[in-house]
Amino acid sequence: MSAPNSMRTPLGRVRGLGSAKSGTHHWWMQRVTSLALLPLFLWFIFAMLSLAGAGHAEARAFLARPWNALLMLSLVGFSFHHIAGGLQVVIEDYVRPEKLRMLVILAVKGLSWAAAMISAFAVLRVAFT
Amino acid sequence: MSYPPDPRQAAFAGRRTDGTAIQRPLSPHLQAYNMLEMSSGMSIAHRATGIAWSAGMVFLVWWLVALASGPSAFAQVQWFLSSFLGLLMLFGLTVVAWFKTLAGVRHLVWDAGYGYSLPVMVRSGQAVLIGTAVLTMLTWVLALMVWR
Repeated sequence: MSAPNSMRTPLGRVRGLGSAKSGTHHWWMQRVTSLALLPLFLWFIFAMLSLAGAGHAEARAFLARPWNALLMLSLVGFSFHHIAGGLQVVIEDYVRPEKLRMLVILAVKGLSWAAAMISAFAVLRVAFT
Repeated sequence: MSYPPDPRQAAFAGRRTDGTAIQRPLSPHLQAYNMLEMSSGMSIAHRATGIAWSAGMVFLVWWLVALASGPSAFAQVQWFLSSFLGLLMLFGLTVVAWFKTLAGVRHLVWDAGYGYSLPVMVRSGQAVLIGTAVLTMLTWVLALMVWR
């Protein structure tokens, strides 16, 4: 609770976004993505076990099934969202100076985005061709 | 600033907005924490496994792209993954994945407001370690049973 003589406006207090203008959004999104990844990870273990040593045609047929394709797309999306957010925190903690830190964070975000796009495209290509 | 008497202060160098030096605590550094304590050890391992899993995801991307590319590209990735180095890496990633998952659940329980007392924290940490060992072994026993 802020003191009665706080310089923050009532509107600023209600929005609760603080000086960084983002509030707890980043923290909350890591929890949301981790919750989503829990069942997806269990499915992933099941999928990898059922494909252990499988050939190309068999693996392709597995991933081309609609539910498997949708679950793999979800896994890839939530994973790289979680990875980009998680590595960002590690970088913020240890990388100095400010400019280098920002560059490394941008590089990690870009690589995560690229990896997610490439994976999603591969899944869609398997599903639709 | 004088030489810090405590190693934990080594990374505390900061500046006020007027430019004067001040010591502020930074995030945990490996030199400053006893890695074998349940609290700090699990925290460091949670972060390390997060980084390791991020790197390991490269192999999932490779696998998916190879699968979409065709039989010869897929044969390459399967050859690597079933080589000694590949199997060793997959085993390591299995340990990492189960640890990260169980330790992540532990974090979610904390976020919900439970399990903060020291004895409970130690026991939940032990549960994560034992669970990681059991589930990793179970995963690989199953994998070797269904391998064709």
